[in-house]
Amino acid sequence: MKSVFYLLIFPGFLFSVSIGLLAGWLDRKLTARLQWRVGPPWYQNFMDVLKLFGKETIVPQGPKWLFLFSPYLALVSAILVATSLGRSIISPLDSFTGDLIVFIYLLAMPAIATIIGASSSRNPLASVGASREMKLILAYELPLIISIIVVILKCRGALQIGQIIQYQMSFGSIIFTFSGALAFLVALFCIQAKLGIGLFDIAEADQEIMGGTLIEYSGLPLALFKLTKAIMLYILPLFIIVLFLGRDLSPLSLIIKYLIILLVIILIKNTNPRLRIDQALKFFWRVPTILAGIALLLSLFGL
Amino acid sequence: MDIRTKALTKSLWVFHMSVGSCNNCDIEILDCFTPRHDLERFGIQLIGSIRHADILLITGAMNKKSAPIMKKIYAQAPKPIYVVAFGICACSQHMFRDSYNVTEPLDKILPVDLYIPGCPPKPEAVISGIMQLVNKIRTLDKKPKTL
Repeated sequence: MKSVFYLLIFPGFLFSVSIGLLAGWLDRKLTARLQWRVGPPWYQNFMDVLKLFGKETIVPQGPKWLFLFSPYLALVSAILVATSLGRSIISPLDSFTGDLIVFIYLLAMPAIATIIGASSSRNPLASVGASREMKLILAYELPLIISIIVVILKCRGALQIGQIIQYQMSFGSIIFTFSGALAFLVALFCIQAKLGIGLFDIAEADQEIMGGTLIEYSGLPLALFKLTKAIMLYILPLFIIVLFLGRDLSPLSLIIKYLIILLVIILIKNTNPRLRIDQALKFFWRVPTILAGIALLLSLFGL
Repeated sequence: MDIRTKALTKSLWVFHMSVGSCNNCDIEILDCFTPRHDLERFGIQLIGSIRHADILLITGAMNKKSAPIMKKIYAQAPKPIYVVAFGICACSQHMFRDSYNVTEPLDKILPVDLYIPGCPPKPEAVISGIMQLVNKIRTLDKKPKTL
């Protein structure tokens, strides 16, 4: 009973969706203000999702089951991360050893689900989007995992989120060491690619390939993908806050840190155009991977 | 008013299709999203795929090449979809009425919900038209759904 409450209401579905949709509104509003527009009201993203629930769902020819299943796969894995991450912030040692590795896998699931859904929709533009998403995963996963390994090494091999939080509570945040700062920078770029906004809005590219991976989705499945995006916008900044800035995790400081990271992401999004897929691949395999490698070396020497 | 209609009128996503316009209307659509007339404050967005659309916005006088494509696009849209004839060419074919390759007027082929005349319509006219469409959707919803 308690775990159902955790999954559906508080750190899980309802809470993370609300926070994520509000964060998405903040993104749209700030973008509008930066372009000297007025921007939508605060409930805009809620209205978008509600409207999509009421629309007709069209299923293209092809593997129907796979097409309708993949949005649920994406949403469920996002909810799982949101729930267990929220629980480990509230009571750090409630979780099990190795949940960090589970998080890495679960955070990759929404992207894989979009690839499955886009490929099963049999649309040429969707398959272009799916291939771009695939290349983007190959690009950002390596530096992200190396920067997480830096955190693990700094915390003396802790593979549990709760242990990482406890280490940072007693020895200070990881970002305030040389290797930690470098790894944080790398992770900041990687979560933008995971979110697929701004510089790395390559797979969805509304102006270029008409929504890319989501082009054939309508109605309820599209709403589920929008909800997944909202939850990702909530959990990914929270994830790197827990990993790198975990000394003080009281609600007020969490909100301030979250807003600062969100603001940085939105400003980067608004001041930079979208990259081509080959540029993104080159960028990730050169700059962040090398930076993460340097951070790894520094952390081996204890810096 | 039921919540679905409210949500629908608060977030209308527009798919824009030119069936043979002179491009003037298309430029004027983009003008509606500039800082002065910012249509996003009503929740209106331009969408790339017809599967996401609530409004099918049609510009230009339809010709024999584009008519079947437009029918196909309309059939691909998720219901409820509202058709808007944008510009005088889409409303009444204007000066192309007796031309050799135009077909029937738009409203003989698709059920048009809103006409925005003008060559091209001003952004103010577009905003007023959108508000009329919103009111129309809301009043249609109040009536009992017996067809």
